[in-house]
Amino acid sequence: MLERFATGASTYAPSIDHLILLIAVIVGFWLIVAEIALFWLMARFRRRDGHAPQYVTGEEKHLTKWVTIPHFLVIACDLVIIVPAILVWMNVKQTLPPAQETVRVFSQQWAWSFQQPGPDGILDTADDIRTVGELHVKENTVYHFELRSRDVLHSFSVPVFRLKQDAVPGRTIVGWFKATRTGTFDIQCTQMCGMGHGLMAGRIVVETPQQHAAWMKRVSSPALAASVAPSSDTAADNSKIAEVSR
Amino acid sequence: MTTPATGAHAHAGSHGHEPGHHETSFFHKYLWSTDHKMIAMQYLFTGAALALIGGYLAYVFRMQLAFPGHVVPGYGLVTPNRYNSLVTIHGSIMIFWVAMPVLVAAFGNFLIPLMIGCDDMVFPRINRLSYQIFLLSALILLSSFLVKGGAFGGAWTSYPPLSAKGIYNLSPLGSTLWLVAVALEFVAFLLGGLNFIVTTMNGRAPGMRMWDIPVVVWMIVIASVLFMASVGPLIAGAIMLLFDQRLGTGFFDPGRGGDPLLWQHLFWFFGHPEVYVVLLPALGIVAEIITVFARKKLFGYRTILYTTWATGVLSFVVWAHHQFIAGIDPRMANVFTITTLLISVPITEMIFVYIATLYGGSIQFTTPMLWALSFIAEFLIGGVTGIFLGASGADIYFHDTYFVVAHFHYTFFPSAIIGMFAGLTFWYPKMFGRMLNETLGKIHFWGTIIAFNMIFLPLFITGAAGDQRRIYDYALFPEQMRPELQHLRQLSTVGVMILMTFQVFFLVNFFWSLKHGKRAGENPWLSNTLEWTVPSPPPHGNFAELPTVYRGPYEYATPGRKEDYWPQNAPITPLEEGAL
Repeated sequence: MLERFATGASTYAPSIDHLILLIAVIVGFWLIVAEIALFWLMARFRRRDGHAPQYVTGEEKHLTKWVTIPHFLVIACDLVIIVPAILVWMNVKQTLPPAQETVRVFSQQWAWSFQQPGPDGILDTADDIRTVGELHVKENTVYHFELRSRDVLHSFSVPVFRLKQDAVPGRTIVGWFKATRTGTFDIQCTQMCGMGHGLMAGRIVVETPQQHAAWMKRVSSPALAASVAPSSDTAADNSKIAEVSR
Repeated sequence: MTTPATGAHAHAGSHGHEPGHHETSFFHKYLWSTDHKMIAMQYLFTGAALALIGGYLAYVFRMQLAFPGHVVPGYGLVTPNRYNSLVTIHGSIMIFWVAMPVLVAAFGNFLIPLMIGCDDMVFPRINRLSYQIFLLSALILLSSFLVKGGAFGGAWTSYPPLSAKGIYNLSPLGSTLWLVAVALEFVAFLLGGLNFIVTTMNGRAPGMRMWDIPVVVWMIVIASVLFMASVGPLIAGAIMLLFDQRLGTGFFDPGRGGDPLLWQHLFWFFGHPEVYVVLLPALGIVAEIITVFARKKLFGYRTILYTTWATGVLSFVVWAHHQFIAGIDPRMANVFTITTLLISVPITEMIFVYIATLYGGSIQFTTPMLWALSFIAEFLIGGVTGIFLGASGADIYFHDTYFVVAHFHYTFFPSAIIGMFAGLTFWYPKMFGRMLNETLGKIHFWGTIIAFNMIFLPLFITGAAGDQRRIYDYALFPEQMRPELQHLRQLSTVGVMILMTFQVFFLVNFFWSLKHGKRAGENPWLSNTLEWTVPSPPPHGNFAELPTVYRGPYEYATPGRKEDYWPQNAPITPLEEGAL
């Protein structure tokens, strides 16, 4: 159902979409039943001449069933929703599959920046790739992201992945995703973060392994490295910077 | 020992409330009064004035969303910082300075003494102080628009570190004024709530048992209990945040051992019960109206009270569903998903009881009845869409999107606005002694209801399509720039304009009827509760002779009686005793 409004592009997007569909069917059914009951009673018991109102306290034994039966039905429906909701949640947020790649996501007023391993495949080495505003990932690869904030709360949201996680200064929050579709998608900030909140956009580029390797080669080329990275002691400052202009 | 009721009457009588000592100046009559009815009017008119301001703010930011970057007629250019201030102050005003004063304070003050048969609140001077602090808090909030840096723009939830430091929010003075205003507003309602609870427990007319108290009074009392029990942590949090802002402490600063998430827990521990503080009085108002206009006893008076208490207790253990993705331990979400979905059980039961009350009735579609019925119809939508957000797995996607905005407006608008109009149109004859015009009332009703749905139904769709909240312009988010989404945003904005236009009908009706409406008499709706046994408007001191209560408030169409209503204070005549 949600696919009609927003594309799904991660492994867990379909499970979240199915959960939403399940809830929509259950609550939609009850909403329609309740509204029909309401409007039917309004029409059936409108004031007419010769029809006196009845005296019903609702506390008689044969009447309380009209409240107790719906009561148990609601509990049953709640259970039908709670169980898959928790299963989906555990899959997305609680149990992380082993990482094939790890990226760091930094949020600050009002930009996203990213750090990922260079050709050596290890984070925090001299060839790390740092980007601003644009994250390049491979499809069908389990990524762990380490989410940090440099100032206030932000929230890392990729609607097509059905992924959303607040960034809290002072903490590193780890999550995961596995993209299933190549393309370029929005990264939003979904937590109020000040004046530039509406400007805090990013793009996530999902590529095939070949495209990704080509991109990595391009941003790791010595010419670019020499042009942007002055000599320095720390690994962080030595890493290549691929500034992405929008 | 005397009964509690006589004790309270003796006390209230001792400070000069006898009817007939009137010769008071304008100042003493309207501004310095301790009469509960006058204080109710002060709350009502202040709340209504702030509702117009809050509505104006909504108009400005909806115009910006529909036509980004254009000058908004009647405001000017909406800059990003101003946009944040507009949404922040709109939310704060509508919840703290409109819903609470109108539903809890205005109706609570007006109705409680009249409905329980008391001549005033038990603590009239505390009552006056409560309004004065409330007014002060409203003025402080509004003044923040005028200070350097403008009004606070960090969202009505005011999460630190954004709210804690001027270098982050760029409105250091505005954020402090917001915090002071909110804290003072809480003090005002602590005083008011105290009065409501004590008056209801001790000031009831002789013969009124707990089970004879009208549902609306119970609801306001339960709402006051919820408010008083939940607000403590937030007042403490507000003071800590004030210290962080002004004295350089680090309660919420991770760099100095604090934790930003602490504020979220304190805020939502209050914030979720607050939803029910606003909802319950509206539910109570609706209960009074549907029984009168369906000429029916409530379908299970006790069921309503049990489910209300159950809802109230449960509302204290659901707060973290606002924080599923905030960085709390993911395992906590499982617990809060269960408690959150379980709260649907008492609430649906309550709504079923309301719907079932119509069965076997004789329904008159007067303006107050239309409002009350539309409350049920609209609130159902707000209730069921909450399930999507309470279910942790689905909330990952919907959190902080316009789906949330649409959902809580479908709960707050029926409570605060529909509930307010239901109550106002129903008790207007008692408040002002005149009847409202039914034709104007119905035009206003249909315009408001259609416009309301036109505003918020499209937002469910834009939210499902990924529109995140608090964004002044989606230009940088290509996925949200699809033309069909922009059309939906414009549709919603047109709804706001229609909604505002139709309020003119209400204002005209309200002021025209003050002078020219048909005289109401004591009991125009043929209702049972005690407020309808006194003149309209009720005099100082309310009752010429304090009533004695013989029965519950919903004895409509009782078998064996000629009239289809049976006032709570009507003694049983020997003839009727035989017939029963």
